[in-house]
Formats: sequence, C-alpha cells, structure tokens
Amino acid sequence: MLARRVIPCLDVANGRVVKGTKFVDLTDEGDPAELAERYAREGADEIVFLDITAAHEGRGTMLEGVRRTASRAFVPLTVGGGVRTVAEMRDVLRAGADKVSFNTAAVADPDLLTGCARKFGSQAVVCAIDARRLPTGAAGSAPAWEVVTHGGRRQTELEAVAWAIRAVELGAGELLVTSMDRDGTRSGFDTELLRAISSQVRVPVIASGGASGPDDFVAAVRDGGADAVLAASIFHRRMHSIASVKAAMAEAGLPVRIVEEAVS
Amino acid sequence: MSGSGGSGGSSGARVRVAVLDYGAANMVSISQSLVAAGANAVVAAEPSDLAGADALVVPGVGAAAPAMVHLREQGLLEPLRDWVRAGRPCLGICLGFQLFFDASDEGDAGDAPTLGLLAGRTVALQDAPTLPHIGWNSVEAVRPHPLFAGIPDGSYFYFVHSFAPVPADEGVVVARTTHGRPFVSAVASGSLYGLQFHPEKSADAGQRLLRNFLGLAAGDRPAPGDRPAAEVA
Repeated sequence: MLARRVIPCLDVANGRVVKGTKFVDLTDEGDPAELAERYAREGADEIVFLDITAAHEGRGTMLEGVRRTASRAFVPLTVGGGVRTVAEMRDVLRAGADKVSFNTAAVADPDLLTGCARKFGSQAVVCAIDARRLPTGAAGSAPAWEVVTHGGRRQTELEAVAWAIRAVELGAGELLVTSMDRDGTRSGFDTELLRAISSQVRVPVIASGGASGPDDFVAAVRDGGADAVLAASIFHRRMHSIASVKAAMAEAGLPVRIVEEAVS
Repeated sequence: MSGSGGSGGSSGARVRVAVLDYGAANMVSISQSLVAAGANAVVAAEPSDLAGADALVVPGVGAAAPAMVHLREQGLLEPLRDWVRAGRPCLGICLGFQLFFDASDEGDAGDAPTLGLLAGRTVALQDAPTLPHIGWNSVEAVRPHPLFAGIPDGSYFYFVHSFAPVPADEGVVVARTTHGRPFVSAVASGSLYGLQFHPEKSADAGQRLLRNFLGLAAGDRPAPGDRPAAEVA
C-alpha cells in the first residue's frame, strides 16, 4: 500500500531557506541542500523547494540551489517558483527536480499545465492552489474558497474546487493545496477545504498551511483525505520531528514509511 | 584487479559505473546517488563511453518505443546487448528495467519490441487504484538476494510508473510489490539486475541497494561503506 507522505517545505529566497511565506520579516533558516539532506536522513518522503523570489534575474541561483539539493537528498524533489514555460521546466528537471509546481503561472496560462504534462508526463506536474475562504452567506450554506495568487496578495475570480478539477483535466498529476487563512498561523490544516477538493479529484492532494503538531497531520489525511502533508517552520525550528509526526500517523493506523535512524 | 600497491587508497578502486544517457532529463540524481554510494560514475552517451567501465546502469525515462529509438540512433543498442550477453554487471531502473524484456505494451500501436535479454513482456498495472503508481510502496522479497542485503523485507522504495514487466521465467523474480494486484518489482538473472522502483530516490534503503550492486559488480569485494557525497558538478 502506498505510504502517506510527510514533506518538509523549503521556502528559498536568494539561495537561502527563509521562514514563512508572508514575505515580511524573513529570517534565515539555513542552506537548502543542508536542510534537505538532514530531512531526508530523518525520514522526509519528499522535499518541496519553493523559490519565493521567483525573479528571472535569480534563475541561475535558483537552479544551482536545486542542483545542490538534488545532489545531497536522495528523495523526490519538487520545485516551484517562477517556472512559466516548458523550456524552464526542462531546465529545472535537468537540475535534478522530479516534479515542478505551478501556481500563479498556471492561473495566468492554464495551457501551461497541458504543455508540460504532454512533454514530461502528468506525474511531474504539480498545480499549487492557494485558497482563501469566502465569507459564508446564509446560515448553513456550504463553505467556499477563492483562489489567490502572488503569495496571497492578488484575488482571482476562480473558485478553488472548480479550479482544482480543471487543473487535473488540464494535466496536473498532483495538487498542493494551501489554506491562506491558516498559513503561518499554526492553527491546523483547513480539513474542509482539503476534503472539498480531495473528494472531487483522483490525483494525490498535498495538504499545506497551518501545521502545528502531529495531530494536524493525522487530521489532514483522515478528515481531509490528503495523501501527503507539508509543513515548514515546525520542522525548521525543530518544534516537531518528522519521526514524531510519522509515529503519530502510524499510531492512527495510517500507512507511513518509518525509518530507523541512528539519532545523532 | 585492485590498483597497484604503493601509498594510494587501500580500500580498492571505486567501481566505475557508466550511466547510459539516452535522453533522460534527470541524470543528476542517478549519477550523484551512485557517487554517494561509492562509485565513480560517468555519463555514457555513445558506445566509446562504455570503455573502461566495470558496470552499466540503464536508467528510465518516458515510454518504451521512443527509448528504443534513442538507443538505436545513438548506436547504443548493440553495445548494450553485447554487454549483458557477456555477463557483465548491469542494472536497469524503471523503464531501463522494462527494456530488458521482449516487448512492451507501452507503444503507440500497443506493441513495442524491446531488448529481448529476458523472456517476458511489459504490461499495464492490473486493477491499480491509481495510475500512474507514484510514491513509496513496500517491496516484498520472493527470495533472498545479495542486492537486498541489509535491507529489511518490506522496506519502502519510491515508484513512478504505470507499466511493469511479467517475466516468463518465475526464477528471475526477486521481489514483488502490490498496487491493485502484485507486480514484479525486482529481478536478477546472473549479473543482470532490474528494479521497477528508483533506488536513487529511495533514501537510505536505495543507497544501501546501490552499494550492494556496486559490491556485486566488484566481484567478491565487500560493498564499500559510507563515503562522502564527493564532488558536486
């Protein structure tokens, strides 16, 4: 049976891992290759490398960071941030990535998902969806979410569940779903959002935004239907280890890859 | 055939592994993981690149039919067959493994002839709950094999595929994995080894397996121990 995955996320700016995704008060958390190697050793099932500067001037730095990370962490590597064309995706794959994640670029140009899936296979194409809960109308009405881009700074007309379904039709082989309401709040994942999407698509859903502790990971899978769970600062800051998160998941009866590692 | 005496390294020369490059996007991970496992890895894009290699790795990319075209156009088809027929160490990974068999259903016409080094054909996974089969899944031993020495039975390895070969000779099967129905995830026949999963993406279990392969390729020399990740290209 396929294991449910635990994925540390590296938010990278100018070649360094930084804290958070709010774009303010960035603090240096270390070297991406070093952190990735540590996480792989500790049992990370995959590494997500998000270049949050995503500026074209920084392309070389970004690719070099991907290359160094892929050379030290022998687990699957997903890279996102500023990839806008099939050719740019090829460069990132050649640097050692296994998958590329598209966010703003996919909203602006949905055919990009199709072009990249045709060229590299849908297993290499991840659509990242940043969703924000809409104010509910009449009491008892179902919750709804809108897609936001540019790190949450820009609204779109897209409804998140509909966009998720469309992204899969266009070629995305996986969805990285971030709750912008929960991101950075350590108040738990938005399991309603996750369930709303995972129940409508057949591709794996990665839960993101709001992790505070091992129980949240269990809830994202059990209640949200997520196949994988992503977190950043709780791992960077060593508030929780990947092993402790996996132990909680295993105890809840979820299939996880447990590695026995010599604690150092 | 260890190196000359003298003051050099006493642990024996690194196994020289040629990694066949026939259009794969991702040669970085396989080469670097082999280096980390103790090999001296070189990328082989033409027949002359095989000279001096102790072992050959055939990685996987895309579908069977275009892969065969690439191998033929680069003049690698016959050298690869000759290598295996000579009984020299060869490891196929994912599509590289599938190519060892007679034919694959993964072609435009649903029938792509492949290398014919092992009897059997590659077919789509049966009753799979999701396709492609992507992620960490457990590999269950059918028989003990030195390729898996030191790796607990049922360990997780990383898979990305929709097809898997069905060997005609059950005797070559080393391990199976279940996704829907069980399929063959590792084979060994003499010095020819095939893996449906990606050891280069399978963390410590994958690194151990690659070290075991290098040990087998080096003959009776014990598998090299942990080595530094060495130079980054």
